[in-house]
Amino acid sequence: MIEGILVEGLIYGIMVLGVFITFRVLDFPDLTVDGSFPLGAALMVQCILLGTNIWLALLVAFIGGVLAGVTTALIHNHLKVPNLLAGILTMTMLYSINIRIMGNRANVPVLKEETILSRVTEMFADRIPEEYVLLIFFLLVVIIIKVLVDMFFRTDLGMTMGAMGNNEQMVISQGVNPKTLKTIGVGLSNGLVAISGAFAAQYLGFADVGLGQGIIISGLASVMIGEFLVMKSNRIGVLTLCAIAGSILFHGVMYLGRYYGYLIQMTPNDLNLIKGVLIIVLLVITQSKKLKKAAIKAMVDK
Amino acid sequence: MIALTNVSMVFNPGTVNENQAISNINLRIREGDFITVIGSNGAGKSTLFNLIAGTIIPSEGSISLNNRDITREPEYKRARYIGRIFQNPLLGTASNMSLEDNMMITYKKGFKWLKRSLNNRMRDYFRTELTQLKMGLEGRMKENLAMFSGGQRQALTLLMMVLSKPDLILLDEHTAALDPKNAQIVLELTHKFIREYKLTSMMITHNMSHAIEFGNRLLMMDKGEIIFDVEGEEKKALTVEKLIDKFHQIRHKTFENDRTLLSEE
Repeated sequence: MIEGILVEGLIYGIMVLGVFITFRVLDFPDLTVDGSFPLGAALMVQCILLGTNIWLALLVAFIGGVLAGVTTALIHNHLKVPNLLAGILTMTMLYSINIRIMGNRANVPVLKEETILSRVTEMFADRIPEEYVLLIFFLLVVIIIKVLVDMFFRTDLGMTMGAMGNNEQMVISQGVNPKTLKTIGVGLSNGLVAISGAFAAQYLGFADVGLGQGIIISGLASVMIGEFLVMKSNRIGVLTLCAIAGSILFHGVMYLGRYYGYLIQMTPNDLNLIKGVLIIVLLVITQSKKLKKAAIKAMVDK
Repeated sequence: MIALTNVSMVFNPGTVNENQAISNINLRIREGDFITVIGSNGAGKSTLFNLIAGTIIPSEGSISLNNRDITREPEYKRARYIGRIFQNPLLGTASNMSLEDNMMITYKKGFKWLKRSLNNRMRDYFRTELTQLKMGLEGRMKENLAMFSGGQRQALTLLMMVLSKPDLILLDEHTAALDPKNAQIVLELTHKFIREYKLTSMMITHNMSHAIEFGNRLLMMDKGEIIFDVEGEEKKALTVEKLIDKFHQIRHKTFENDRTLLSEE
């Protein structure tokens, strides 16, 4: 059970890193995620079925996600469409595209094919129990991605991107086009989301067009849970770690809901409601925390 | 160096909200000029700055830099040679990032690449430059800017802008949002940097005595026009009374709201 939660939390943690980049670093609420997650899954599965090298397949999924994000950013930048709407547009178009990629089917299984996961489990099958192989594998994958993301945000480009979410005028004043930064950032974010989708498809054994439904809410809830773990930090390494930890905690809660929810007459169909309520509760807590802080500050100022 | 030729700016043309913010302005800014700009609210001072900085594109006329037409060049490109400080001290720096990160971002203008430039040599350089502000900021390199006061942030924005050596700096009432003590400090720093680095600059102020005290040239604006442009000895001889008289003479009207218009303090 616990390794199941951890593996799921780590797989979806890659997606949460993407959501963290758009929502928190860029301040660009990007809903493309609901489309780019199944896009990654569809591309991965279809490449596997076509017999492509599995690592190349992962790269294809990543590039597909980047292109989806770039599309959203371009719609927002050049047609002056609000970012939320731009994301919804891309997401809606991706629904059709994803079905096309999967050969006009809504669901494509890869249970019998060789995937990255089946290859990894085979490699260590005689030494480590299967469930732990996956756990270790995803731990490594997520650590590598996290470190790469951290490194990116410490470069000049990454730091400028961080400043943009906070203060767009400052970025303009430094002679940088904020549109370019948004395109790079949203593209990168959706690339990560697509990788997450590609791994999810291999883990689940199929790609499904509905795989991304409500994924943005899961991602956002995970980011918010992660933010409860530490006090405000300005270190990107801490922030990304929190996002991943948030994802694991979130999946823990969802796991409990799925397997023990029946005790309170809950069905799996109620999970989306629970996710929404969870976000609202988190928002309320953050708000009251802020109000308390403001009240204390007002007292001190007097 | 920078020349505005027959520049006009109309907002919302053809609607009931049509507003002629700038009408037919001609202005030559020469290298080394330190121009103070005064005028009542709505006189077009900030619109003039927005036009020079490229935030807005003029409805008519052209703007050129060293004989190169920059009328349609976007703001982010012009920012590479035109520095600007706003009234709001939060606009120059990023609150949720550390002082050293902020300084690294503002260190070099233009697109940033996948390079990690922040190293100990840069940190030493930043610390040395920070001592110029005499605010003790050199010991707070890792702190987030949210922890700094408005005056400190504005002084920092000023320092970083100066270090990037722009051709022209625009100061848009950059001390107006600060408390009197900090406003004085930032103003003194401004004066010091402009002198030391020989910067070409324009400064909007609501304070007439500052406008007279600083700079070699003074512009008075009203209703989107430059109604008065003095420099050199003539400017040195100005007093607040003379300025007000001059306004009456040109506009044939009295200041009903002198205080809000051009406060003496």
